[in-house]
Amino acid sequence: MLAEDKKRMAHTAVVTRVLEGDGRASRAGRRAAFDNAGLAEPLRTLIDKVARQPTRVTNEDVAAVKASGVSEDQIFELVVCAAIGQATRQYETALEALAEAMTGKKRSEHASEDPQ
Amino acid sequence: MRLKILNSGYGFGTKVLFAFIHAVSRQPVPDAAKLVFYRPDFYGAPMKEFTQEAMRGPSAWSVGDRELMAAFVSKMNACAFCIGAHTATAARAYQDEAKVSAVLSDLETASIEEPLRATLRMLRKLTREHAVNADDMRAVLAAGVSREQIEDALAVCSAFNTTDRLADAFGFFVPGPKAFEAGAKFLLRRGYR
Repeated sequence: MLAEDKKRMAHTAVVTRVLEGDGRASRAGRRAAFDNAGLAEPLRTLIDKVARQPTRVTNEDVAAVKASGVSEDQIFELVVCAAIGQATRQYETALEALAEAMTGKKRSEHASEDPQ
Repeated sequence: MRLKILNSGYGFGTKVLFAFIHAVSRQPVPDAAKLVFYRPDFYGAPMKEFTQEAMRGPSAWSVGDRELMAAFVSKMNACAFCIGAHTATAARAYQDEAKVSAVLSDLETASIEEPLRATLRMLRKLTREHAVNADDMRAVLAAGVSREQIEDALAVCSAFNTTDRLADAFGFFVPGPKAFEAGAKFLLRRGYR
């Protein structure tokens, strides 16, 4: 197996585990945290900070989510999903850009044979 | 750390292991290790596997190059724990502390190979703006970086954009230089598994 394929597979295994495996938070909740979409306050603020500005997360953000009835184990899972989700979107966008750069090269080589 | 379970929610076996690590390294167990030992079936075990592949799996990039990418991505994310850990590890892997600090303080003037510089530029944009386009990739390819090398760098970038977020969200304790030095030795000897 190519080394790059092994890396992609190991990454997919992480995503599949946190989204589809057993957990204390619901699968729908973990998916929403991963997507950073469709969450209600105060969880929405915490998850959005994890995804977009993780250095801005405060003790109060976490305390507010706990006070809303979410357990520490559920917060652990949802924060993990949010971090993996944002990094995965970056990874996939970049791999698509790379694929486009590779095929785009081929397209421009054939451009003279295929006038508009 | 902000969640009590990440400070004290460990079973007997893991507590013994932490005591052993503490005795051998003479440093407190780093929060990065605690995170991957907490309910490892959920996150730690599969993430260690991915990080190991990205950082130590076969690649045209050296271990030093990949540790530098990890430090650089962490710098873009302003993640103090991971900057400290991977700056120390990259410096130790290269046996060149000046090179690492030059890249972290100014990528454009640092004395490094152009393929590495072009790759780091792309990782900087991806980490800051969450996206790159085909033109960004063409610039990296034009600098002489292979498709496989770009894929390898993206795996490192993905692993550290995950870890950096968790370090700051969970509030990792940032230790002093001695602890990062001990951590660097461990990561170069044992890797991420």
